[in-house]
Formats: sequence, structure tokens, C-alpha cells
Amino acid sequence: MTAIFTLALKSLLNRRATAGLTVVSIALSVTLLLGVERIRTEAQDSFTSTISGTDLIIGARSSPVQLLLYSVFRIGSASNNISWESYQEIAAQPAIEWTIPISLGDSHKGYRVMGTTADYFTHFRYGRKQRLEFDRGLPFADLYDAVLGAEVATQLAYAVGDPLIIAHGAGEVSFVEHGDKPFVVAGVLKPTGTPVDRTIHVSLEGIEAIHIDWQSGMPAQGQTVSPEQTRTMDLSPRQITAFLVKLSSPMATFGVQRFVNEYRQEPLSAILPGVALQQLWEITGVAEKALLAVSSFVVVVGMLGMLTALLTSLNERRREMAILRSIGARPLHIFILIIGEAMAITLLGIGLGILLLYGLLMLAKPLVLSMFGFYLTIGPINAYEALLLGIIFLAGTTIGIVPGWRIYRYSLADGMTVRI
Amino acid sequence: MIETMQGTAEPVIGIDDLSFNWSAGLDPLLEIEQLEIQAGEKLFIEGPSGSGKSTLLNLLAGVLVPQRGEVRILGKKMTTTGSADRDRFRADHIGVIFQMFNLIPYLSVTENVTLPCRFSKKKYNKITERGEEPAGEAHRLLRALSLADPELIRRPVTDLSVGQQQRVAAARALIGAPDIVIADEPTSSLDAGHREAFIKLLFQECEQAGTTLVFVSHDGSLSRFFDRSLPLQKINKASTPFAAMEACES
Repeated sequence: MTAIFTLALKSLLNRRATAGLTVVSIALSVTLLLGVERIRTEAQDSFTSTISGTDLIIGARSSPVQLLLYSVFRIGSASNNISWESYQEIAAQPAIEWTIPISLGDSHKGYRVMGTTADYFTHFRYGRKQRLEFDRGLPFADLYDAVLGAEVATQLAYAVGDPLIIAHGAGEVSFVEHGDKPFVVAGVLKPTGTPVDRTIHVSLEGIEAIHIDWQSGMPAQGQTVSPEQTRTMDLSPRQITAFLVKLSSPMATFGVQRFVNEYRQEPLSAILPGVALQQLWEITGVAEKALLAVSSFVVVVGMLGMLTALLTSLNERRREMAILRSIGARPLHIFILIIGEAMAITLLGIGLGILLLYGLLMLAKPLVLSMFGFYLTIGPINAYEALLLGIIFLAGTTIGIVPGWRIYRYSLADGMTVRI
Repeated sequence: MIETMQGTAEPVIGIDDLSFNWSAGLDPLLEIEQLEIQAGEKLFIEGPSGSGKSTLLNLLAGVLVPQRGEVRILGKKMTTTGSADRDRFRADHIGVIFQMFNLIPYLSVTENVTLPCRFSKKKYNKITERGEEPAGEAHRLLRALSLADPELIRRPVTDLSVGQQQRVAAARALIGAPDIVIADEPTSSLDAGHREAFIKLLFQECEQAGTTLVFVSHDGSLSRFFDRSLPLQKINKASTPFAAMEACES
């Protein structure tokens, strides 16, 4: 039997141009399939771990996905705000352990500015219940202090102590700036791979201060209040955009949710972040499934390429088979010879495909981190990927049965008669 | 040889009342009442292409079995032996040379010659029992067949001339000293001068190993080299389409 496998390898080596191309096409399809699978799971992991340890997100009445998008992903904007009174009333409910109010609507060079309280840095959790950590500096203490997400700090090359001017509105380019009240960078957070990295955090009072002399979205004419004057004024927030809620017991979730949804003073929504994340993922999931389907088809194409290469080689190899028969090879040997070639091609393809995948992952890792802010973990082949590879190997071997069976029939019919 | 002359020994190849056709219902392609080939004999079977030569060789090598009658090789009844056993039997006891393109293109000269030792433990052992290696024996045979140039042996087999390829094929058929060598038109791609030299080298090696040679060709002029010569049409009672055609032509 070893004689047969040696022959299979030597024969492949002899046809290394076609065999090599077949191996490469299978390798590429394997790389594509595994790559898509990797990115899919990595993206889903990164996506669903954007926020954790929060039981409810409460905002103005809207769809769960919209509320999730603006409160967690800083995408789009709220349809309405929540009055400070409503927030306080709900936050005072006995079932609630803590709340983090957030106030959105301003930006700095395309990065969203979020007003919140210092509780944010102690209570907020992402990923596997990880807490926010400071790379340098401290949480905001002063009215005009700002804490930058990791990406903001690197992209804009800000250091602790640098001034920054907040623009009104959330656009990349804003014509209306709060130029009279500059902020100072007080701290920079460590990268999280979540939208936190792209956020500038200030205190709720700071947000209130820069809008104190504004009316209907424009600086009021004539009357300006200097940054120092605002410090003496009442800066309690009048309204917020949303707030994150942690309950003392998960049992209370639906009670609080109903209380918020039926709240009389203003129309509000309370959403379960996990459920809303899942809904959002399902929307994007269609594309992801299509991608997986496409890459599976590429594998099928690679396999068909191998089938074509093996089948076209058969006719010219009938002579070889007759010689082997005359030496004493059994038709079964000839069958195994062809199957062995299919197995070798598939195995080499899978091996090369894995190498390519890891090569690409190494290359992509720093790029993905800097461009999309998500940390690509390069782990070993997991069970599911091993299953996919196993299926590919089985498929390759099974495909080898087609030319194998054909040559088996040939060798039975030809015997040791050489046909040209 | 001595036994053969006495006529008492079991023939190396024996055929009795054989009838073969490719599928039931067709007229038989081969019908041979009796054929005996003795040990050490060098038999020439003459037949034009299409006369059932290849079929006869496939029957002698145990690739095919007849529908009726008996084929005995070295006393073993091929008709009652399973196909796997027949394949193993062929690997152990028979060497084959074809008309041309005898060599596996992706193997070296030496690998081509030693290939039978990979399929037959018996051939392998025959060589190692004498304290030789298959590769060494291959080189000895190649030298005996006037292929001594080591430069030549290193070349890809596809670069060899047809005559050289046929000698490599002969070395492969002879390695491990099989009991029978079957040669199917081995000289028809060679020119006259090489033809005779090839046959002489083949005889020499067969005699040395005590191998029985069955040599088939359409070229009747070669019969003069052989102990015995049999026109296939004479022993084949079936009227092949080709024979009928030839009859019309003449």
C-alpha cells in the first residue's frame, strides 16, 4: 500500500504544474471560507460584547434598535430627550442598583461628545464584564475636563492637558462651535474595541455649561456668558438623552421595563441591550450569511476544479494503469492511487489554506485594530473550523471516487492491454 | 530443461479447451484446444494485430479468465483462482514487456526497473536473499542489457530513445527472476539492427534466470530466433473478424 501512496505522490510531483494550481485553488477557497468564518465570529463577538453588565437602556420612545444605535454605538440621534425629573424619578425606583445618564448631541472633529457622570467610569462594563481603565490621566474632575477614548487620543494626537473645542451637532464638519468654552484633556482611556474608543466624555454639567447661553440650537445674540461666570450658575442638567440601568436583581427586569414603557409624564422606552444587540445582529446577519454561502460555493468550485484536473488526466494515464496492472497491481490499487491523489491534493490545499489564513490574519491584525478598532484574536483552529476542514477533506476524498471509479472500470476492461 | 525433453514435467503454461469472448452471446474471439509451454522454452507466437494476441496475453497473465476451458500457469488453475490471487500471482511469477511506452514517466530509470519489487514480496526476497538490493540488481540487469552509462540512468525516462526504453522495460520484466516473461511486440518500434540485438540480450538474460519466454509479434521474420514458433491463427479455432478479412484479401 505504501508503494501506491509513493506512486500517487510521485505522479502528483510529475504533474506539479496542474496539481499545484489545483492545490492553490483549493487553498484559496479554504482561506476564504475560514477567513469569512473567523471575521464573522470575531465581528459578532466584538459586536455583542459592546456593552455588558447593563440590564436596561432607557430613552425616548423609539424602536429598540434605534435606541441601541444612538446610546451605545453613537450612530444616528435620539428622536427626543428625557427630562431630568423623569430620570430622577425612575432612577429612584427601589429595584435599581445604579444608573448612568448620558447626554449626546455634540461632537469634536467627527467624534461624538458624551456627557455623563463619573459613575460611568466605575459602573460601565463591556466585553466580559471588563471595566474601563485609564491609560493616562484621571476621570473628569473640573467642569471643563474631558476624557478621551483611545482612538480619539491616537487619531487626533492629544495628550493630557491639551485643549479642545466642542462643536455643536454631530457632523464631521460643524460650523457652530462652542469656541468660547474650551475643554482640557484630563484623561485617556485604554482601548476597548468598542465605540467607547471613539467617544469624548465630559460631565453633564459641562454639556449644560456650553449650552447655557444658547437658544434653539444657536448662540443667543448679544448675551454671552464667560466660562468663569458659568461656574457660579446652576448647572443641574435639564434633560438627558438616555440612561443605562443596572438592577439589583434580574427578576425586576420586566417590572421596571413595564414601569418605564407605561410612564405617564413622557413617552419612554426601556430595552434589554442583549435582545436589541441580537436584533441588530440579525439585520446585519443576512449579509454575513450570504458571505458564508458565497465562500462555501468557492470551496465547491475549487473541488470541481480538482475533479476536472483528475478526470482529464485519466485518459493519458490509462497506459500507466496498464503497466501497473502488468506488474501485478490490482484494480483496487489503481482506484486507491487516484483517490490517494485526490486526498493528497485536498490535504495540501487545506494545509496551504491554513498557512495563508494565518499569514493574512497576522497582516490584517494591526490594520483591523487601527481601522475598525477591533482586536483580532489569532487563536488556533477551533472545533467548528476543524469540522469545516474535515468536511472539505471528506468532500475531496469523495470527489476522488468519481475518477477513481472510472479508472477502476478502465483497468478492468483494459487489463494490461495498453490503449493509446 | 532436461525434464522438458523427457516430456514428463508439468508445463509452465497449459491451456485446455479454452474459449473466450468479451461478452456472452458474441462469437468466441479465442478458441484454443491445447497449448503447452515448457519451462525454459522460448516460444514465438505470430499473429497480426486484431487476431486476439492481446487477449491471449491477458489470459496467460491471469488478467482475464476464459468462459470455458482451463488455463494453468505453473500448475495453478487460473480459472478457479480469485482475481486478487491472480494479480498477486502475476506480480510474483510474471514479467511483461509491451510494444512501446513501457515506462512510468514520473519514475526514474531505476525506480521503473525496481517497481515490481514493490508489488511482489517474492521478487524482492529473491534479490535480497542473494544479499543484493533491488537498485543494485536493477543496475546489474541494465548493464547486462547494455545500459551501463550512469549518466543515462539519471535521465528522465522520457528522454531515453525508444530502444533504450525497451531495454529498461526488459530489465523491469526480468527483475526478481520471474518464471515467465511475456513480451507483446517488444521490438516492433525498433529498427532491424536493434531488433536482433534486443532479442539476443533478452534471450541471454532469460536463459541465465531459467525464465520461460512467450514472445508475441506480427513479424514472422523473427521466428527464426526461437525454439518454437506458433502462428496464432493455427492454434485459434475461432474465426476472428480479422482472420476473415485477411482471408478475403488473399
